Amino acid sequence: MDGVSLATVDWARYQFALTAMYHWLFVPITLGLSFLCAFFETIYVRTGKEEWKNTAKFWMTLFGINFAVGVATGIIMEFEFGTNWSNYSWMVGDIFGAPLAIEGIVAFFLEATFFAVMFFGWNRVSKGFHLFSTWMVAIGSNLSALWILVANGWMQYPIGMKFNPDTVRYEMQNFWDVLFSPVAMAKFTHTTSTSFIVGSLFVISVSSWYLLKGRHLDMARKSILVASVFGLVSTVYAGITGDESAYVNAQTQPMKLAAYEGLYQGEKNAGIVAFGIINRDKKPGDGQEPFVVSIKIPFILGMMSSRGFGNFLPGIDDLVFGNSGQGILPAADKIARGKEAIADLTAYKEAKKAGNEAAAAEALTKFTGNQPFMGYGYLEKPEDIVPPIALTFYSFHIMVYLGILFLFVFIVFLRGATKNTLMGSQFRLAVGFVSFFLAMIASQAGWIVAEVGRQPWAIQDMLPVGAATTNIGAGSVQTTFFLFLVIFTALLIAEIGIMTKQIQRGPEGV
Amino acid sequence: MIGNLDTAILQQLWWLLVSVVGSLFLFMTFVQGGQTLLWQVAKSDIEKNLVINSLGRKWELTFTTLVLLGGALFAAFPKFYATSFGGAYWVWILILFTFVVQAVSYEFRRKPGNLFGAATYEVFLFINGAIGILLIGAAVGTFFTGSNFTLDTFNRVTWTNPLRGLEAAFNLFNLAMGLFLVFNARTLGAMFLVNNIDCTDVPELERRLRKSCLLSFLCALPFLVIILAYFMFWDGFGVDKDGVVVMVHQKYFISLMENLWLAGMLLLGLVLVILGVFLTSCKTSKAGIWFGGLGTVFVGLVVFFLAGYFDTSFYPSKADPQSSLTIFNASSSHFTLTAMTYVAMVIPLVLAYIAHVWYHMGKLSVADVQDEESY
Repeated sequence: MDGVSLATVDWARYQFALTAMYHWLFVPITLGLSFLCAFFETIYVRTGKEEWKNTAKFWMTLFGINFAVGVATGIIMEFEFGTNWSNYSWMVGDIFGAPLAIEGIVAFFLEATFFAVMFFGWNRVSKGFHLFSTWMVAIGSNLSALWILVANGWMQYPIGMKFNPDTVRYEMQNFWDVLFSPVAMAKFTHTTSTSFIVGSLFVISVSSWYLLKGRHLDMARKSILVASVFGLVSTVYAGITGDESAYVNAQTQPMKLAAYEGLYQGEKNAGIVAFGIINRDKKPGDGQEPFVVSIKIPFILGMMSSRGFGNFLPGIDDLVFGNSGQGILPAADKIARGKEAIADLTAYKEAKKAGNEAAAAEALTKFTGNQPFMGYGYLEKPEDIVPPIALTFYSFHIMVYLGILFLFVFIVFLRGATKNTLMGSQFRLAVGFVSFFLAMIASQAGWIVAEVGRQPWAIQDMLPVGAATTNIGAGSVQTTFFLFLVIFTALLIAEIGIMTKQIQRGPEGV
Repeated sequence: MIGNLDTAILQQLWWLLVSVVGSLFLFMTFVQGGQTLLWQVAKSDIEKNLVINSLGRKWELTFTTLVLLGGALFAAFPKFYATSFGGAYWVWILILFTFVVQAVSYEFRRKPGNLFGAATYEVFLFINGAIGILLIGAAVGTFFTGSNFTLDTFNRVTWTNPLRGLEAAFNLFNLAMGLFLVFNARTLGAMFLVNNIDCTDVPELERRLRKSCLLSFLCALPFLVIILAYFMFWDGFGVDKDGVVVMVHQKYFISLMENLWLAGMLLLGLVLVILGVFLTSCKTSKAGIWFGGLGTVFVGLVVFFLAGYFDTSFYPSKADPQSSLTIFNASSSHFTLTAMTYVAMVIPLVLAYIAHVWYHMGKLSVADVQDEESY
């Protein structure tokens, strides 16, 4: 974009990545642990046994500490769209603003209102109303995830809108298309189910630590039982939704899929790379091998991406340089047509301003033909459409490996909890303790795949990050980046300190 | 049904909704006001814990109202969102910082292992209550005094002052608006705490709260006079029938005089606040917050109405008046405004459950803050 330096764009990206990643340290715990608290309290209300109440209260304490930092890091995310991505906010605010506002109306108030009852209402409201409040916090948190992921899904797969050349922005045409977009649904189901895994592993991790220390044995066992059932069901569901995510990626963001699979040459019945080390010198179209070492399983990727046999899956080279046999335009052509679109739109606006209706109509006709490529007009060269391959590839594979590991962790812990043999293996408990930290890595890796994998686009094929930022000096953004870094790190350290103390102290009466 | 309404009607409806949410936020700033009163009214740990826990059961509602205000502005007036947040970068970033540190302070303050100690989190709460509200007031002030931006043909914003929004705080009216909100929040904070805390065991706290209510209100008065004087005498950013922005002499005063119901609402709002202060400071009533709160909402509505309605630019540009934003040129499309209006129909339900929970959570007594579960 005119007048915005590359440094500003990059610092805005770093800042968004920083704030999003910090926010995502806390959110998956909130999403998963809120339901687990609701489960524990439900068991208490149904059985009337005090130990379940104490169990619920203990996990709620940890939930509350985590929730506070989640809120603190979350407010930045909403307003950052305006502060650092103002052109984005104008270009797509007509569509993107709606889910954010709905999130506030239907989700945040549920959380905020019933949170107070959940924590301070034990002796003030009836048992039933308290339980209802705990469920409302869980539902509110996850509803909030729905709306923000609908917004994110729309960025990955813009749908249900039309460009208005007079206002120079995209405008919503169909709300239901935005809400029920297949990408949005895949995002919501995969993100929440994997967050349930994180929450469950948090409970298993803390409980394993108690069992290793020989403390609070009864509560730890009970907690593990509930968390491993929840975690196991969530892992199976996460597998299904992960498969769905890959499928919709193939349909809507083939470059992202090619990046996380390391697929340069498109092919039919493509095999999947189960393990690989990326060749760091590899560039699109240079004919070099993409991997130094790789283990490939034939057919699987082709099947996953098309749900059938014999379908062509484009690789990075096909998408950059085009593949006429498959009807894929070269990126260079898209960029050229995009630049024409921007020039015609400018001509249209100038003609309108000058009151020259004939020239305006002519410019508009030309613009309309190239409008779908307008976003490409902000790019310089075809290779700009390629995201960082190694980061996307490794993040994806780490996420998948860990996901498979978690399946076994939950099975083993469920078995141990039902047969009452949890104390039998120190190694198992050590794995349980570590598993939460691995879950955080997997969860962050998932977002790296989703967000780094779609670069350079802020909105897929429509608006690259370079054209979406605020026109502001890089120095200002750099300063706020470090301000956020310092304050979020300080809050994280404080949170870990408090959390550790609370865990050391343990629950009361269990 | 709603889809058949004119775009102009929907735009005015959404400005009304933004005004309501904004005014409710101003009422809910009693939390921030209470935070700044902490050291002044609470002398012992028990008193401090009472104040913190009383506010701590409500802070998230205020926070969420602010987030909703942001979301509503984004959805209904995206050009404002893009222009103001991106343009006045530093003022918004600093406001956000004060809310970031607030969000953890209640939960972390008394927890062992909190790294910085309770006093630090109390300072965070003070910063949020003082600096945060001051800057929000200054930002609202620019609705009347204008900002330094231009928009190009693609509606991309360029800010022409290197202070990126902070310059707003150096304008007398904006500063008066900010300080008025700070002291009004303190007035409301004292009213709320008197209402919410059972002071049977801490009569001194109640006495100090009632006194600081009056004192805060008296401190707010000079700034209120400046604001009213501005509305009476100064020029405003009007929009003529062709959409051209022109300076109109005594614009806001004319709007008030041509719409006497609005002047009446302003007067009623002020009278209600004064009544709230009177009930809290000169009587033994605990009901002051309801009068003060309602009065603040009325005054807030008048401020937002004056900015957005009556052929006025609500976010004027001093640098290029024709870049100024009106509710008609800054809004979302007809389709989005319609869809959002349907969504907004759940707001009464949201207000109902908030009121229900507020009622059932009752008052806070000394016994409530002595266990470890309290803040």
